[in-house]
Amino acid sequence: MGAYVARRFLLLPLVAFGVTVLIFALLQLVSPEQRAALFVTDVKQLAQLSNVIRKYGLDQPVYVQYGMWLQELAHGDLGWSQTARMPTSEAIAAFFPATLELTIYIFVPVVLIGVWLGTQAAVHKDRFVDHFSRLFAISLRGMPSFVWGLILLMVFYGWLNWFPPGRLSLEADLFTKSPQFHSYTHLLTVDALLNGQGWIFVDAIKHIAGPALTLVLVEMALLVRITRSSMLEVLRQDYVRTGRAKGLAEPVVINRHARRNALIPIITLSSLLFVGLLGGVVLAETIFNFPGIGKWGAEAAVQLDIPGVTGFAIFVAGLTVLGNLAADVLYAAIDPRIRLG
Amino acid sequence: MSVIRATVTRPAPLHTLRITGSVLVALAVLTTAVPTLRLRVVRHPLDVGAFLLMVAAVLAFWALPSDFTRRMKRNPLSIAGFAIILAFVAVAILAPVLAPPLANTRDPYLIPHEGFLPDPTPPRAGHPLGMTGNQYDLYYGIVWGTRTAFRVAIVVEAISITIGVVMGSIAGYYGRRLDEIVMRITDVFLAFPSLVLSVVITAVLGKGLDKVMIAIAIVGWPTYARYLRGDILSVKQRDFVEAARAAGAGDLRIVIRHVIPNAIYPLLVVAAFDMGIIVLVAAALSFLGLGAEVGYADWGQLINMSRSWILGVPGNPFIYWFTVVFPGAAIFLFVLGWNLLGDAFRDILDPRLRGSQ
Repeated sequence: MGAYVARRFLLLPLVAFGVTVLIFALLQLVSPEQRAALFVTDVKQLAQLSNVIRKYGLDQPVYVQYGMWLQELAHGDLGWSQTARMPTSEAIAAFFPATLELTIYIFVPVVLIGVWLGTQAAVHKDRFVDHFSRLFAISLRGMPSFVWGLILLMVFYGWLNWFPPGRLSLEADLFTKSPQFHSYTHLLTVDALLNGQGWIFVDAIKHIAGPALTLVLVEMALLVRITRSSMLEVLRQDYVRTGRAKGLAEPVVINRHARRNALIPIITLSSLLFVGLLGGVVLAETIFNFPGIGKWGAEAAVQLDIPGVTGFAIFVAGLTVLGNLAADVLYAAIDPRIRLG
Repeated sequence: MSVIRATVTRPAPLHTLRITGSVLVALAVLTTAVPTLRLRVVRHPLDVGAFLLMVAAVLAFWALPSDFTRRMKRNPLSIAGFAIILAFVAVAILAPVLAPPLANTRDPYLIPHEGFLPDPTPPRAGHPLGMTGNQYDLYYGIVWGTRTAFRVAIVVEAISITIGVVMGSIAGYYGRRLDEIVMRITDVFLAFPSLVLSVVITAVLGKGLDKVMIAIAIVGWPTYARYLRGDILSVKQRDFVEAARAAGAGDLRIVIRHVIPNAIYPLLVVAAFDMGIIVLVAAALSFLGLGAEVGYADWGQLINMSRSWILGVPGNPFIYWFTVVFPGAAIFLFVLGWNLLGDAFRDILDPRLRGSQ
């Protein structure tokens, strides 16, 4: 296990370096004026861009520029994001908690229900649950999440008015910004409970439900199918038959013996799911006007807010790399074939 | 019971031929009987010819007495996928006949619009799927959007397969240090969720459908490169490569004439069934406002336009349902069709999966 995990960790700085090179190369496609905005930290400087260009050496050779850019990056100085109307690093800090909260509310139900449904489909192969899950997976895999999200918005906001867009209603928002409310985690549902404000919790859940529902069904489809095939594979193994033969109760055989082993590929898949979610929230947040990094990133891209796009890309790449690393390590920790191999 | 079984298992080609034949005859009769249709067909002989060619090709494929078509016909889901994709191909080929562009238009992909009334109008005669905001005809947009979808998919595939094959064969054939370098480059590209990287690339290149295609191709090649590399690693061990080298062939000749032709087919199959996903991502980018301009026949762009009308009016939230449902259904069916077909192909071609599903 040591060597495998060590190799993963050694590759980490290499990938991080590659990511900065890729982003920097992409930035070279934009004019110096737009790139100069990267170094602007305050609105007044926008008036004298040519000074900024000269001051930060945007007319210098590429490798010099790259070194300077990397230095700025190391100091967390990512420039002024016009779409967020604040420095990019502050914008990430401001928008990320909302996305994190949304991701948790998608990830947990997807994994719990998806694994449960997949297990049921495998255990009751060719019965109703199996056919239902197959139909569910097939029809949802073609569903564009943005179309599905718009339909949810039409039904649950336009018609029923249950899941309004945004992150909080006006009163709740004002209350959370008042001194009576303490932000411990910046996850609104958690903070609301810690402050003992049930109505804010309900309000936050109602706002999260829309974008969460948009992605939950779409992301779950794949997990159900993988769990099913993985379970089917394991249920054929000898030790499952042994368990049954020695008279173990069926739930023990399925939950303790079969599913534990079937979960190994699912852990890898969960990291893919996490990465997929980081892309998916861009669409879901945009549709429901949910103020997370996804909506901000998409807005920055549409309005050519280069510092915003850069910060967004680097941040999301960082999260993705860490997510993949976590999956590799978990995988090695669970599966003895990799640990010892 | 036995009668039913006999009918079900009877070989189908004659049966299929008869149905296709009668449909074609009915279409021909309809075309000659209805003057407007006749005019459209006469105006676009190339498109109609291409359509007939497609029908002949499909029939020939379907009648092939191979193991492959037999397996395919046994699975109702793969038949459904096949039918959906064929319908889309037919619509794309026949676009000028189904939705004739205005006589003096400079670009048939620009959706004609009647007047500038901002509110969408529901389906009615002459506009079977209704008109979205600013009176862009949805039917026209969806029909020509099919051509856009295929164009996007084919251009993206061409670019990313080319880059993927070059990089993948360098990595797989030369191995060692070059392999390590190429694989680390793909790592960097795979460190982004694909939608995020394509959003960033499109933003930097500037908006537009062509930029969207470039962006998706740049995001897609690392997967193909890795796939091909894996296959080349096993092919280059084979005796005929050694024989070619012994005969004095150079590296380039060995790679192009011997290694790639023996390693590329699995990649091509995988890539062919990525067409649905590619169109989905392109539509998502258009939806975000990074793709085609307003009024261009592109499904994602039509969905983007429908965003303004999604909430309807007070008291009638579903009044503008058609603005999102019709283009949404087009994307849904397109992606579904490729997925079904892809699953069927994988099941048939991958012997490990046989019987397990």
